[in-house]
Amino acid sequence: MASVTYDKATRLYPNTPRPAVDSLDLDIADGEFLVLVGPSGCGKSTSLRMLAGLEEVNGGRILIGDKDVTDIAPKDRDIAMVFQNYALYPHMTVAENMGFALKIAGVGKEERAARVLEAAKLLDLEDYLARKPKALSGGQRQRVAMGRAIVRQPQVFLMDEPLSNLDAKLRVQTRTQIASLQRRLGVTTVYVTHDQTEALTMGDRIAVLKDGILQQVGTPRQLLDAPQNVFVAGFIGSPAMNLFPADVTEDGVMFGTALLATPRETLAKVTGTSVTIGVRPEDIEISPIEGKGLQVQVDLVEELGADGYLYGHSEVEGKRTDIVARVDGRDHPNAGETVYVHPVESHVHLFNTESGERINPAAGH
Amino acid sequence: MSNPAIDVLPDPTEGPGRHGTGTHTEAILTGRGGGRGRRGGVGSSGGGKADRVKQRLTSPWATVAAIIIAFLWTVPTFGLFVASLRPAADKRDGWWTIFTQWQPTLDNYSTVLVGSSTANNNLASYFINSFVITIPGTLFPLLLALMAAYAFAWIPFRGRGTLFVLVFALQIVPLQMALIPLLQFFNGIGIGGTFPAVWIAHTIFGLPLGIFLLHNFVAQIPPELIEAARVDGASQTQIFFRIIIPLSLPAIASIAIFQFLWVWNDLLVALVFSGGTAEVAPLTAKLANMAGNFGRNEHLLPAGAFVSIIVPLIVFFALQRYFVRGLLAGSTKG
Repeated sequence: MASVTYDKATRLYPNTPRPAVDSLDLDIADGEFLVLVGPSGCGKSTSLRMLAGLEEVNGGRILIGDKDVTDIAPKDRDIAMVFQNYALYPHMTVAENMGFALKIAGVGKEERAARVLEAAKLLDLEDYLARKPKALSGGQRQRVAMGRAIVRQPQVFLMDEPLSNLDAKLRVQTRTQIASLQRRLGVTTVYVTHDQTEALTMGDRIAVLKDGILQQVGTPRQLLDAPQNVFVAGFIGSPAMNLFPADVTEDGVMFGTALLATPRETLAKVTGTSVTIGVRPEDIEISPIEGKGLQVQVDLVEELGADGYLYGHSEVEGKRTDIVARVDGRDHPNAGETVYVHPVESHVHLFNTESGERINPAAGH
Repeated sequence: MSNPAIDVLPDPTEGPGRHGTGTHTEAILTGRGGGRGRRGGVGSSGGGKADRVKQRLTSPWATVAAIIIAFLWTVPTFGLFVASLRPAADKRDGWWTIFTQWQPTLDNYSTVLVGSSTANNNLASYFINSFVITIPGTLFPLLLALMAAYAFAWIPFRGRGTLFVLVFALQIVPLQMALIPLLQFFNGIGIGGTFPAVWIAHTIFGLPLGIFLLHNFVAQIPPELIEAARVDGASQTQIFFRIIIPLSLPAIASIAIFQFLWVWNDLLVALVFSGGTAEVAPLTAKLANMAGNFGRNEHLLPAGAFVSIIVPLIVFFALQRYFVRGLLAGSTKG
């Protein structure tokens, strides 16, 4: 077991103007499950591959435990990796696949068999040990790939979108299995995904990346309650946060016709006359009566049982803006109606329109 | 056949469907054959093309054309076979006279194999020479070419692309150009007219094409497999022997057949570098001299030729499934 440290780690591909990973600073504690998340091309996989030693580090350092591994070959890093397409060796049986690393490391035949069997039991793979990967289903292959990592008993697990090749149902199932397995084994894990739901449900902490730059690191709760900038606010959470421009007055921020009282120190950080306001769908209150707030035309209500999501639009600064709000599953406005929405004031996020940085302190932080 | 390669890659009998674009990579990665029905996504884009080709090749006209071509190509070999069974006296007219007068005899074969009139008519020792030349003459270039192919495909180094083109460009140079300098060199270091000289020559001449074909195959192995092996702690050597070789077996087999046939049937290289002595010269060299002065033993030639093609025929039929697959292996990408 060991911690992992990225110390200004940078990867610049030859003949590209911008680094794929730009001065990444990240401390991952021993035994922690850290999820790297971001849109495609944000550098999350590159960051993981840098840690694996499959990608050169052009600047900064990477440490596993106290050991500087920046220029060390993958085989000397004591890590195990699960690949997106599993990368099982097609000419070997499941047992041989799982035992390959041990065989290379010169572990004796009997100990190898024992450790493979132990991991197979953990993953419910005992019956398949003699099979070749081609004779396994997608979910079983995924488990073999996990098993191959577990057998190693490495310092760090690296997982590169290991669930993206599974169907939706299996993905949800496997998600919880992996998370609980990781907690049981207590091995430091770095997990890459583009799926924010996966990130929120699995990670102890989440690191959000965009264009090779780390946007924010925090627990799922922190990211939901206090996104540091517009990007994180819009990326984390489903359905996504409502984000639109709002005018600033001397006393606060205008949410439609309603004035949201805003402390002076927050208003001091505003540049120009408007801010970007962010409200999560679950933090919106709806009233059918004309009142203070934003007038919203209801386009559609998505019924999901206990809850529903109201999709509507409104005119903000002359532009059509889509609004999503969570509503009660049974008692809600219907499509075509006009309603007035108002945010729960303690859960309003304000961002500087130019820089995109958060300007108001988060509730409860 | 208990060749492990059968397990490595999808069963070749599953049909040409698996040769669709993308399915090759996918098949390697997951070990799943395309024969069970192509899965969506990756495999489907080029599948239409493969299906079209398949459709065209299985039409009745194509079958008729194939039969005619096969017939025309077989006639001379058949003629040779008939001629090998005819007594010496009959040899002046065409083989088709068997339809009117047919007196087959195995005398030619017994003369050729065991030798009766003169001792040096005996093919047996040349047969062994041929094996001694052909087996290392196939294995050496294959192993070297595979190592080179792996390096060219997976080990980044400066000038890799240029060097690869250069190696393949050597294919343009006719090997006849190299005969005399190489012979001088071998004589200089004292191995002229020995087996090693022939092995080295065949290795040199076989390498460029071998590297090229194997490179195309090895380069298609999914990079994640090699990365997984690296993370699993394997060194380059271990990756080569435990991952690359098992996964390349179909290509290795098909190129082995090519090289084997080429070396077995070769006369020029063997004649130059073996010195044509009975100790070193292969079957082909003996065959070329078999007719003897003034064509005295001309009637023995067909039998001798047939003896010499037995081995290639066995090799070909035993490994033909790889032969076909190997030909297609490099071409399915695109």
